[in-house]
Amino acid sequence: MNFDDTPEEAAFRAEARAWIEANAPKELEAELKRGGFGNNGLKSVDTITASKAWQKKKAEAGWACLHWPKAYGGRGATPIERVIWGQEEGVYGALSGLFIIGHGMCGPTVMAWADEETKTRLLPPLASGEHIWCQLFSEPAGGSDLAGLRTAAVQATDGSGDWIINGQKIWTSGAQHSDYGIVITRTDPTVAKHKGLTMFWLSMKTPGIEVRPIKQANGQSGFNEVYFTDVRIPDSQRLGAVGQGWQVSLTTLMNERLSIGSGMPTGFPELFDFCMNLQTEDGLAIDDRSVRSRLAQYAVKASGLKYTGMRAISALSKGETPGPENSIGKLVAGATMQELAMFALDLQGQGGVVRDPELSAAGARFQEMLLRSPATRVEGGTDEILRNIIAERVLGLPGDIRVDKDVPFKDIPTSGRA
Amino acid sequence: MNFDFSDDQKQLRDQARRFLADRCTPAAVRAILEGPESFDRELWKGLGEMGFLGAAIPEAYGGVGLGHLELCVIAEELGRAIAPVPVASSIYQAAEALMIAGSEAQKQAWLPKLASGEAIGTLALGEGVGRVSEKSVRATVSGGRLNGVKTPVADGDVADLAIVAAKDGGRLSLYLVDLNGPGVSRETLTTIDPTRGQATLTFSDAPAELLGVAGDGWRLAAEVLDRAAILIAFEQVGGADRALEMGRDYALDRMAFGRPIGSFQAVKHMLADMYVSATLARSNAYYGAWALSTGAAELPVAAATARVSATEAFQHCSKNNIQVHGGMGFTWAFDCHLYYRRSNALALAIGSQSTWEDLLIDRLRQRNDAPAAA
Repeated sequence: MNFDDTPEEAAFRAEARAWIEANAPKELEAELKRGGFGNNGLKSVDTITASKAWQKKKAEAGWACLHWPKAYGGRGATPIERVIWGQEEGVYGALSGLFIIGHGMCGPTVMAWADEETKTRLLPPLASGEHIWCQLFSEPAGGSDLAGLRTAAVQATDGSGDWIINGQKIWTSGAQHSDYGIVITRTDPTVAKHKGLTMFWLSMKTPGIEVRPIKQANGQSGFNEVYFTDVRIPDSQRLGAVGQGWQVSLTTLMNERLSIGSGMPTGFPELFDFCMNLQTEDGLAIDDRSVRSRLAQYAVKASGLKYTGMRAISALSKGETPGPENSIGKLVAGATMQELAMFALDLQGQGGVVRDPELSAAGARFQEMLLRSPATRVEGGTDEILRNIIAERVLGLPGDIRVDKDVPFKDIPTSGRA
Repeated sequence: MNFDFSDDQKQLRDQARRFLADRCTPAAVRAILEGPESFDRELWKGLGEMGFLGAAIPEAYGGVGLGHLELCVIAEELGRAIAPVPVASSIYQAAEALMIAGSEAQKQAWLPKLASGEAIGTLALGEGVGRVSEKSVRATVSGGRLNGVKTPVADGDVADLAIVAAKDGGRLSLYLVDLNGPGVSRETLTTIDPTRGQATLTFSDAPAELLGVAGDGWRLAAEVLDRAAILIAFEQVGGADRALEMGRDYALDRMAFGRPIGSFQAVKHMLADMYVSATLARSNAYYGAWALSTGAAELPVAAATARVSATEAFQHCSKNNIQVHGGMGFTWAFDCHLYYRRSNALALAIGSQSTWEDLLIDRLRQRNDAPAAA
């Protein structure tokens, strides 16, 4: 049992480290280090410009999309090499946030379902950061129950084979910056809900697409609503067969869990540091027994996630697939962060109410965490969906009874009070 | 990176699991719970013969000379089977104390007997209700004679050797005391988990032999408890996993309202949460195992982390296992209470959860204060 690299891993690490050392945008290092929860810390430069520049540089040297085949702009690297790269890229990894959806979810879906010509045309500029992609899945009527979506694609009657899309998507990260997207639509409402779906890719510049930012509960706007009004696209932009959209979406969602589930922050190091320095009437907060007890409980969660990650990396290192233990990451991190943030405010007493980077303790870090944390427990699979997944796929418990399973989509009730 | 047990170690775990499935059935555990014996003598003998007790004891002292990673996988299986044997006292604590601080003669005298199971050892620190601390020790040694009362002492009713914390002229040290010798009286205690015994030991001028350096007793005790914490964490992880399995199996079998109860989200989510605790605890226990086997500088942090996490997980899983079983879970006939009892007893052994939470924070703080580790 050890944390050491194999000789091959060590050689890869050395090569990656040397390249990063010689090429990373060092002028941004200090700002990126100050970045924290939901904020990459950049002030002196535009995030998109800086992110695209770093991605382009990586792509030119063969360090972009490590897990993709070389033919599509990747490196054909092994999963463990991808992990090592992430460790070495360090703070500069924050510059990849803009591309996570494209590289982690849209790209693999296009790779799995598009024809060769399309892949060769679309994937390299996605890998190099020239194009940004978004994933148009969730809808007001289809979140956890994604297959309940209602955005309709109807084939034109003019014999062109074109599809005309009408409807609304929601919670689309990065839609306002995106050049392309993948969109899942309903093409047949007369069959059961999972069977009438079809997936397409499209340019976000297509006429009839309107992106509106959502003002979130915490006041920020990271997500969007995307409206489709008679958006016309050719049949050649279809991914998979008509009616096969659900299977296509699973490619995306499997990749979503892989990319989002790893390395979730809990906020523990920040809280520990805060308690080490917070003076109370009775001395430092960390000397208070009740504070210590709470800190210890958060400490073992943070540590447990860290070493669960190490176990997954070890499996990758041996060429194995990581076990189901990885599915706990977001579930633990989200709830821990939410609770921990309020505990930090509690320690600030009445002053905890102030949310002002200049006036609040710790630069209002915990106030921001508190207000943002509810989203972590919802996005990319709610806590409840994740518990279902663990219960069903890991523990082998029965699936839910699905009352709408064999009902034509158009006959499924749409209101709980009807 | 290879943050996992080796194939050989996993084979050893399978071997231990098969042995215990055969020799340590729930009926065997129940025989100790309900009967007059304090531990399963046949099982204990078998564990010695298989080399499980001596896994981490060097061959020169009668052990098998494998290592602590091997002892960790064995501990996990003992915890899974809630083995009614004095292994935590004798192997995780007494043998570890002797290996850390024993003189050559002391090691030769005791380790071979502990490795075979012929003798049982224990560590006697506490003297009643309340946290054990350097201050709480009132037992004294003068002229090589020990006086005082230690209670509760795990497996004190059956142990042959006690390693006792006592003060000589105000200096706290650990002493070896032959419990079959003069000046020792024992009284068996009634506890929440009769499958691992506890006793009060009263010493009246009992001959006591210094272990390690005089005045170094508290530091040495802490070092022993850290090692024991990691090994007991593996027992707790094994127990948590088994309690989770029992709950899962029952939820699959038991029908109510025309469905298996495991199809209700309230039950599924409870079991999913048990899986989460058990997984966090396992990963933290691996961290402890790594530190124990490499003697890493962060062993104290790893030990407290493993301990706090494993205590939380076993308690969570054993109590929710009863909840999944409903009324049947509260019957004497079902085995749920055996795990519930053990989880609570282990949560108190070697210091309660609040004590270890405190230790964890102290140690994280020391690590943060220390100059950047190499």
